[in-house]
Amino acid sequence: MALNDPVTRLKILVFLLAGFPLAWLVVLAINSQLGANPVEFITHFTGTWTLVGLMLTLTVTPLRQLTGYAHLLRIRRMLGLFTFFYASLHFITYIWLDQFFDLHAIIKDVYKRPFITVGFIAYLLLIPLAVTSSNAMIRRLSAKRWQSLHRLVYVIAILGVIHYWWLVKKDIRQPLIYAGILTILLGWRVIRRQRAFYKSR
Amino acid sequence: MPIRYPPIPSSEITEQNLYLQRRKFIRNSALGISSAMLPEIGTAARLHAAYSRYSTTEVATGYKEVTSYNNYYEFGTDKSDPADYAPSLKTRPWTISISGEVNRPRVWDIDALINTFPLEERIYRMRCVEGWSMVIPWLGFPLASLIHQAEPTGKAKYVEFTTLYDPAQMPGQRRAVLDWPYVEGLRMDEAMHSLTLLAVGLYGETLPNQNGAPVRLVVPWKYGFKSAKAIVRIRFTDQQPLTAWARSVPSEYGFYSNVNPAVDHPRWSQAKERRIGEFFKRNTLPFNGYAEQVAGLYRGMDLRKYF
Ligand code: HEM
Repeated sequence: MALNDPVTRLKILVFLLAGFPLAWLVVLAINSQLGANPVEFITHFTGTWTLVGLMLTLTVTPLRQLTGYAHLLRIRRMLGLFTFFYASLHFITYIWLDQFFDLHAIIKDVYKRPFITVGFIAYLLLIPLAVTSSNAMIRRLSAKRWQSLHRLVYVIAILGVIHYWWLVKKDIRQPLIYAGILTILLGWRVIRRQRAFYKSR
Repeated sequence: MPIRYPPIPSSEITEQNLYLQRRKFIRNSALGISSAMLPEIGTAARLHAAYSRYSTTEVATGYKEVTSYNNYYEFGTDKSDPADYAPSLKTRPWTISISGEVNRPRVWDIDALINTFPLEERIYRMRCVEGWSMVIPWLGFPLASLIHQAEPTGKAKYVEFTTLYDPAQMPGQRRAVLDWPYVEGLRMDEAMHSLTLLAVGLYGETLPNQNGAPVRLVVPWKYGFKSAKAIVRIRFTDQQPLTAWARSVPSEYGFYSNVNPAVDHPRWSQAKERRIGEFFKRNTLPFNGYAEQVAGLYRGMDLRKYF
């Protein structure tokens, strides 16, 4: 963990960058700058950074393949865990600030509101990924099983975009942008696989 | 007679003064004292109005919140867009045409309109379809006064309100988020109801552009989007108007759109609301708390069907 090790530096940089949104939110909150509807602001803020986190996590592999910089893989886990962290803040905001632990209303919401259902499933699926994000867990599971488990992240990202798409009232520009980025990130993987498949024949 | 005071240069009034005035206003509103009883401080925009018994005694939402957080898709879909982009809208000269099934169609000049009908201050609850609410001190006059003046014919069953269409001034209209211009409508008896207001002011002053200047509808027992802003045309018809949201997403927004905690939006619950400025959600009331006055209009109607 020497500070002059480029990978360590990269990790520290990513850690600071990934923590920045939270610091920003705290500063806004302390200065009462969360607007007229602070709970809505926090929900949207944490939701947005969860989705951004998912996209960034999914960018690591293509970026590594494009640049050949293998060490990039070592920030993927951190990005994934930060995504889970923001998703948890988002979820807690909903449970606590939005619904105020009204379990009945929450269950009804999850059951009746398609956009909540989808977000909830996405969050549930993130949990096993977060729990298995350690070297010990990878060893216990075997790399192969670990890898197939973590393919769930594709499903989670798709659910995340659907969640956003279904909650906007009319203006779908933003969800459309995320859908576009996700299509590129997942499309890249599909095309590479097909290429590899044809080469191997 | 409503009196409009001559403008005093804003240089004579400090920001602080205005601010204190507003604070005082909020306090007094909460006590049920109208702005007419306050000493005159006068800006170009100061309006005078009589107290109305239809006002709620609930604490009014702060001036800043009311004027910086709302939906007005003509200026963009973010709730901060109206405050950001509406101020440059030109509201003078401005005319409102009264047409359709009336004996006395005419084109009103906005200032003539403001000077003809006595203004009242009405502090109303406002419930947005998205699940938040405010308490807003409007200044205006009953729509019924204008309707009487226009003498509707026997065929007039509905009233249609049309918002200005001017993409050069209204950047949100450059994208087809809704089918512009914005159209809203009321049944004749809803339009004639004494709670239904044509508002020209807010917090003792002329309406800020972001809140629908120079003239907007306020129907306090319906979701906020029913209250059309920046109105240029009022048309009387025998057919139910095809309103902007109902045309755009008919499964989610109906013609009536009365506030109703028992009928959810297809994608979210309407049982509760967050009053801006409050931490906990409160229960949404049938007809936004105006059931006593308006429930009779809908007797015998299936409110699930006519949402
Ligand atoms: C991976 C999981 C999730 C992602 C990626 C995600 C993402 C988002 C995004 C991007 C937004 C909109 C932000 C904006 O409008 O600027 C949002 C809003 C929201 N999310 Fe999530 N979310 C997730 C999980 C959840 C869960 C588990 C819940 C609750 C059970 C939830 C409840 C909400 C609510 C209530 C809103 C606000 C809706 C509104 O304002 O109308 N989300 N989320």
